[in-house]
Amino acid sequence: MEEIVLLDAVERYLNGEMTAQEKTYFEDLRAKTPEIDQMVVEHHLFLNQLNQYGDQKQMKAKLHDIHNQLLETGEITQGEPLVIKSAKVLQLWNRHKRTIAVAASIAGITALTISGMMSYFTPKSNAEIDKLKRDMSKFEQTQKDQTRAILNINNAISKAPKDQQQRSAGTSFLIDAKGYLVTNSHVVNNAATLVVVNNGKEYYAKNVFNDPANDIAILKIDDKDFQALTSLPYSIRKSGTDLGEEIFTLGYPRNQIVYGKGYLSALSGNNDDTLSVQISVDANPGNSGGPVMDKNGDVIGILNSRQVNANGVVFANKASNIAKALSDLKEDDTTYRSVKLPVANSLKGKERTQQVKQIQNCVFMVKGYYK
Amino acid sequence: MKAESNDKDLLEGLARNDSGSIEILYKQNFAMIQSFIIQNNGSYDDARDIFQEAMMVLYEKAKDENFVLTSQIKTYVYSICRRLWLKRLQYNQKFVAPVDSIQETIPVEEEIEQKQKLDDNFEMMDVAMKSLGEPCKSLLEAYYINKKHMTEIADEFGYTNADNAKNQKYKCLMRLKKLFFAQYKNL
Repeated sequence: MEEIVLLDAVERYLNGEMTAQEKTYFEDLRAKTPEIDQMVVEHHLFLNQLNQYGDQKQMKAKLHDIHNQLLETGEITQGEPLVIKSAKVLQLWNRHKRTIAVAASIAGITALTISGMMSYFTPKSNAEIDKLKRDMSKFEQTQKDQTRAILNINNAISKAPKDQQQRSAGTSFLIDAKGYLVTNSHVVNNAATLVVVNNGKEYYAKNVFNDPANDIAILKIDDKDFQALTSLPYSIRKSGTDLGEEIFTLGYPRNQIVYGKGYLSALSGNNDDTLSVQISVDANPGNSGGPVMDKNGDVIGILNSRQVNANGVVFANKASNIAKALSDLKEDDTTYRSVKLPVANSLKGKERTQQVKQIQNCVFMVKGYYK
Repeated sequence: MKAESNDKDLLEGLARNDSGSIEILYKQNFAMIQSFIIQNNGSYDDARDIFQEAMMVLYEKAKDENFVLTSQIKTYVYSICRRLWLKRLQYNQKFVAPVDSIQETIPVEEEIEQKQKLDDNFEMMDVAMKSLGEPCKSLLEAYYINKKHMTEIADEFGYTNADNAKNQKYKCLMRLKKLFFAQYKNL
């Protein structure tokens, strides 16, 4: 009972309902008794909470009422067609939620397992960028050796060194009819012997310029069997490239030359590298070092890598790098002063099949042999 | 200029609990929030909940004398709803593509934090009230929430006089306090 009287006093004090006399008496009491002081503070806090609670509750109820009222008067709507549409989807979803979830997790686990196995069994595949040269597995190698043995019997022109193994394959193309080829540095890197192949004929080549930083290399065909071409049908394009431009590629992802068609999808390469461009085209190991050409058959770049975790994202060195590599080469060694980039194009306006027919004589497979 | 003063009037009305102002606020903003929620994996009920929660935030802000609205009400409400909805989606583990954001938004982190605190307190009081039982609950609601006069309450609840009702009210209040602060200690 006493507590109730006290509580009443506290509440009246807090609400300012006390007379002046009562108030001075109460404040005096509060100052002398810490328990009462604490009770006042506590009750003050509690009443605040209660008031806030009341306020919020009332406002919530009000909002609810207004919502229903506005719905009735049609001033806000719950668009019917959407309800039906989404309800159908939702129904389907709700009905098959469990199945979908199970299916999705199985698919997820399978995908993870497969990709896990892939990354476990594939050498180098955890690198973000796949250099598109072909790496020869041991197994393939034995097969190759056998084929070569047979070929050697029938045909004496194979130039594979007997004591060496082929470990890489890529593509290269002529930049001077006298037998100068350009390719990627990673295709020829450290190879003891290089053999280039065109139309089934093999020629020895030597690496005369190698710039691994820009992934560009120049080869010279060094073989008495090689007959210099009179001229090259294409030129190296000097002007800039345009987004969306149609492009095509030629390369040796297999022992046959393969044609690919795509478009220029970005004006910079991996990590915003301005020395390369991004193209959208099918490219596979072996395509590295191949020419990227515009619709007139002019070289706009050297295909060099692709993004592993994305489809159809391929990067190419800009053609301007070729001119730079060549001028570096000339500076290093004056004997190459006569090497000249082709400037005339005889393919413009011709049909693609005609263009490819002429270009393919200038595109060589590069085989790297290692001891 | 006119729109701004209009916003100010509406906020004042909201703070006063004025139905007219709330109705206008509702009409001006609800459709936008509804389409936003629906477009982002929500239902009509979600839209109503989120919008009303945002209105509660605005209500608390409107009551605060120090509060200065730095944007249009529309932007403010949208920002809060967007934030609340993202939070809800995250809570429900629905990781969807980035929520569509054609509208301009303003940072409302502080509001969301305050709201969380307010919600917690509300929840605690609600639990305490609900475990109180009748007639205590109704009695306290009548006095502290609906602000009815003691004699009125005595009539309504059948107490012989206001003093009896008052005594009963204090008994109930002490129990409520105990229930409420017990949760505080459990935190």
